[in-house]
Amino acid sequence: MSENDRELRVSKIRNGTVIDHVPGGQALKVLAILGIDGSGGEAVSIGMNVPSEKLGRKDIVKVESHELSQNEVDVISLIAPEASINIIRDFDVVEKSRVIRPDLVTEVIACPNRNCITTRNEPVDSEFDVLEDGVRCVYCDTIVREDLTDHIATD
Amino acid sequence: MRHDHLISAKQLSRADIDTVLDRAADIARSPPDVNQYADTILGLLFFEPSTRTKMSFDSAMKRLGGTTVDMGTVESSSVKKGESLADTVRVIEGYADALVLRHPSEGAAKMASEFVDVPIINAGDGAGQHPTQTLLDLYTIRENVGFDDLSIGIMGDLKYGRTVHSLSHALTNVDARQHFISPESLRLPRSVRYDLHEIGANVREHTGLDDVLSTLDVLYVTRIQRERFPDENEYRQVAGQYRITAELLADANDDLIVMHPLPRVDEIAPDVDETEHAQYFQQAHNGIPVRMALLDLMLGGETQ
Ligand SMILES: [Zn+2]
Repeated sequence: MSENDRELRVSKIRNGTVIDHVPGGQALKVLAILGIDGSGGEAVSIGMNVPSEKLGRKDIVKVESHELSQNEVDVISLIAPEASINIIRDFDVVEKSRVIRPDLVTEVIACPNRNCITTRNEPVDSEFDVLEDGVRCVYCDTIVREDLTDHIATD
Repeated sequence: MRHDHLISAKQLSRADIDTVLDRAADIARSPPDVNQYADTILGLLFFEPSTRTKMSFDSAMKRLGGTTVDMGTVESSSVKKGESLADTVRVIEGYADALVLRHPSEGAAKMASEFVDVPIINAGDGAGQHPTQTLLDLYTIRENVGFDDLSIGIMGDLKYGRTVHSLSHALTNVDARQHFISPESLRLPRSVRYDLHEIGANVREHTGLDDVLSTLDVLYVTRIQRERFPDENEYRQVAGQYRITAELLADANDDLIVMHPLPRVDEIAPDVDETEHAQYFQQAHNGIPVRMALLDLMLGGETQ
């Protein structure tokens, strides 16, 4: 039985998503990206700093009844480039994919520049170019490097 | 030109710059045939006050034989009632063949361009970009000292000065040596430094003018705004260090030109006006042929 299987069985979820191979200590940031703080009542289990052959230490996030949107996966790729996403339906992994670092992320990050047109009451989504070491607002050019998850858009 | 909109100086290639400046030089020499634009209407949408830039576009369109429609002040328009910019431009698009937009938010012109089919010209978006100012700055530089082996000092508020952001980007097309002179707290923003670094531009940053003044062909001065400083004393100290006087320019190259996007407050002493170095009023006047050239290329260029 592989390490991965064992963990999936520890706290099985019926339907939802398992995000594996998150760098150790980053699980809470993944939850922030998904906008999950527990108040919505979803069942969430987190393994933090689990031994991993690939990463040394890794985090695992399991979220019941939540399938990730492409935008969410894109932003997760920025903090967890090695992550894999497992979609679970009726206890089975029906889809397993690695995140791919996109060229552009939309909607999920809010521009930290308070004077940016995307922060106004306009019919426009935030849009960021992905740089080697951060992201950059397509509208106002502001670069975000550190603390990306501080700028996750909340509705 | 290959662009439908003029949003950022980053769009401008060396060929684009040469095309606009050559056309502007032609127009400055001999006024163009005005009949072509008799039915052309330019929409002026200024969401923050800028009488001069607005008048400059107004004058340029009228000198080409066209007319303008003006949204008026924000206080008297539907914007006051909370209408979005996206809605405003979609309505006014029906009234005009091209729109000139000045807006307090960064990225406003880019967003507006996504909602309309007529060309949008960015006349300043917050601390972002002001590409037509850049074109008239480049025209002034080319007419006076040329682009070859150019050494330029850009001094003042480099953080919030959108004219600086546009200009520094455009200057990478001509391989200029760019010296940025500012207080530590008003250095170029990270995004502009990032771009200049990516392009491999020849740039240096300084906190004082002394080291570089004698090497410059152009000294481009911008205003340091009082409201950027928490207290008045700090402002006065900084502002005093970045004041250009005729005496100071005695150490400069004879051919040095002093430029300023205007309005100035006291960063250039009045005694500089009397020297051969002063080019800022001519620079402002150059806005007319340059904007005429730009409108001509954007609105009628294909028939030339
Ligand atoms: Zn922005």
